[in-house]
Parts: sequence; C-alpha cells; structure tokens
Amino acid sequence: MELVMPCVIGFVLMYGLIRKVQVFDVFTKGARDGVKLLYSIAPTLIGLIVSVTMLKESGALTLLCDFLSPVTDAVGFPVELLPMSLLRPVSGGGSTALLNQVLKDYGPDSFLGRCASVIAGSTETTFYAVTVYYSAVKIKKIRHTLVAALVADFVAVVVAVMTVRWLF
Amino acid sequence: MLSFVFVFMIVVSIACALVTGRTAELSQSMMDGASQAVELLIMMSGMMCLWSGVMEVAKECRLTEKLSKVFAPVLRFIFPELEKDSKAFELISMNVSANLLGLGNAATPLGLSAMKELKGDSDSCVATDSMITFVVMNTASIQLLPTTIGAMRSALGSKAPFDIIFCVWISSVVALCVALVVSKIFCIAGRRKWN
Repeated sequence: MELVMPCVIGFVLMYGLIRKVQVFDVFTKGARDGVKLLYSIAPTLIGLIVSVTMLKESGALTLLCDFLSPVTDAVGFPVELLPMSLLRPVSGGGSTALLNQVLKDYGPDSFLGRCASVIAGSTETTFYAVTVYYSAVKIKKIRHTLVAALVADFVAVVVAVMTVRWLF
Repeated sequence: MLSFVFVFMIVVSIACALVTGRTAELSQSMMDGASQAVELLIMMSGMMCLWSGVMEVAKECRLTEKLSKVFAPVLRFIFPELEKDSKAFELISMNVSANLLGLGNAATPLGLSAMKELKGDSDSCVATDSMITFVVMNTASIQLLPTTIGAMRSALGSKAPFDIIFCVWISSVVALCVALVVSKIFCIAGRRKWN
C-alpha cells in the first residue's frame, strides 16, 4: 500500500514528460495553488478546531457520547465516531476538526482512527453540494435528492466500520 | 449555518465546563486548539502542495479527458436517458473524472455547467431524474486517492497513512451504488404515480 502514492506520482510525472509538458514549471504552479488552498482553509480550520478542542476538554463531548452510547452500543457502532458522522453532511470543516480530535485521542493507526479516516474519505458535505448545484440552476423542488444522498452517507459510515473490522 | 455550529459548540463547552468544574482545562484548550490547528496545517502543507503540483501536471497532459473516456461506459449505464455525444454527458464525465482525481476546484465548475446543460431552456423549478442522479453522485465521495485525509493522518503520526485506501474505496462504491438504486426506485415510483 505504501507504494501507491510514489507510483501514482511517478506515473503522472513520466506521462507529463512523454506528452512534452514542462513538468517542473507546471508542478510548481500547482504547488502554489496548494499553498493558496491551505491559506483559504486555515481560518475555518482554526475556528473549528478551537471549538472542538473546547468541546472535548470541557467534558461536553464525553457527556454527549455517554448519552448516545445506549443507542450505538445496541447496534455495535463505536460511539466515539457518532459526532463526526452526524456533522459530516452539514459541515466539512466541523467534521474535519472532529476527525482531528479522534486521530489525536486514539491515534491514526488505531481502530477508531482508521474508521474515522475511512468515514471522512468516503462521504461528502452533502447539504453544501446539494445547495450549490441546485441553486446554480434555480431548481427549488429537489424531490428525493436529499433522501438518496443521506442514505449514501449513512451506508458509507456503516460500511466504513465494517470494512475496517474486516480488513485490519 | 456554520455560525450557528461555531457559537453553539463554544457556548455548550463553557456551560459544560462550569458544571463539571473543568474551567482551567477549558481556557487552556482554547489556546492549545488554536496552535494545534496551525501545527496541523503546517504539517499537512508539504504533502498537500506536492499533490496539487502533481495533479496540475495530470491536468496539463489531459489525464482528466483520458479518465473520462475510461469511465464513459459506466456513466452511460447510470444515465441511459442521455445522448452519448451530448454536451451534458461530456460535462458529466469530465466532472466525474475530476472528482476521481480529487480536483475539487475543477470539478465544481464542470458540474455546474452540466446542470445548466441538463436544464436546457426549461423554466421548470423541479429537478429532473438525471439532475437528481448527478447531484447524488456529487454528494458521494468518489476520490481515488484521499490525499487530504492521508496528509492529516501522516501529520498526526500515522505509520502508513494510506493503508485505509481499500476500505475507502469499498465504502464509497457501496454507498454510491445504494444511493443510485434508491434514487432510481424513487424515480420509477414517481413515474407510476403520474401515469
């Protein structure tokens, strides 16, 4: 698995060279865009990581998990992953901050850390996408879009935990 | 929306700290949180820049178009109602391949043009079946390499940041298939109701 990234990068760069692209110039241009992207997400992430850290340290997150655990225990879902899963469709930044908290508390290579990463990698900020796409073409009646999209998020969360249990 | 989430989290934390007596931890956590966020961003920045540089090369040698040809048969199956050389179909497949490569900034404008193409000249404010399928596809994550998550994992000390890749693929694909089936069922049920 550790070879995936180097191979993809090597392949793309070689292909670029074959197609006579000015590989290094284009690379630096793209990397500059990466800096811009980080610059643009920094304020959001700082605000939300601060509030999530406060939520954790004040004991509120633990209280919420204790409150929700009877429900999640009944179906065998780790309660620690519920807050980020619930926030995921609503706020990308908020769930990234919660993912950061889970990775920090339990470690990225723990069961919970892996599950949280898979959940974050296989879901999207559903409400944001639906709003952006439909408002651009002035569609008001979205019929069953939200139901289908939220079913996808729910399935992704459940399957994420199942696959991590199965593959690790 | 985010204003509400932000204020709500902070107010709840303060109230909870007052009740549980963890006020010292709370004020410490404010400072820690802010510096941790910056630390995370700096640790992630190297890999994020490396990746967006490589993806710029991929874009420059038209790898997105190549990928969209590879996935065209799958999309033809998902959107049987669209002409295969229509502008809408082309834009949809470009949007999907940009999403697969994780080019979010390129995918959104392509997706919005696809929506305009799907709407055409109609004044209707009701979403069509193809629009729903397309939006649902965009609310599911179909990235081949979850680079941001990988960067975050490695920033927080993971030994193998990308060992979750198979799990991500499986759960994204399963979620997407279920969502497409659900929206198809709704579409068929809706048509029955009209007839």
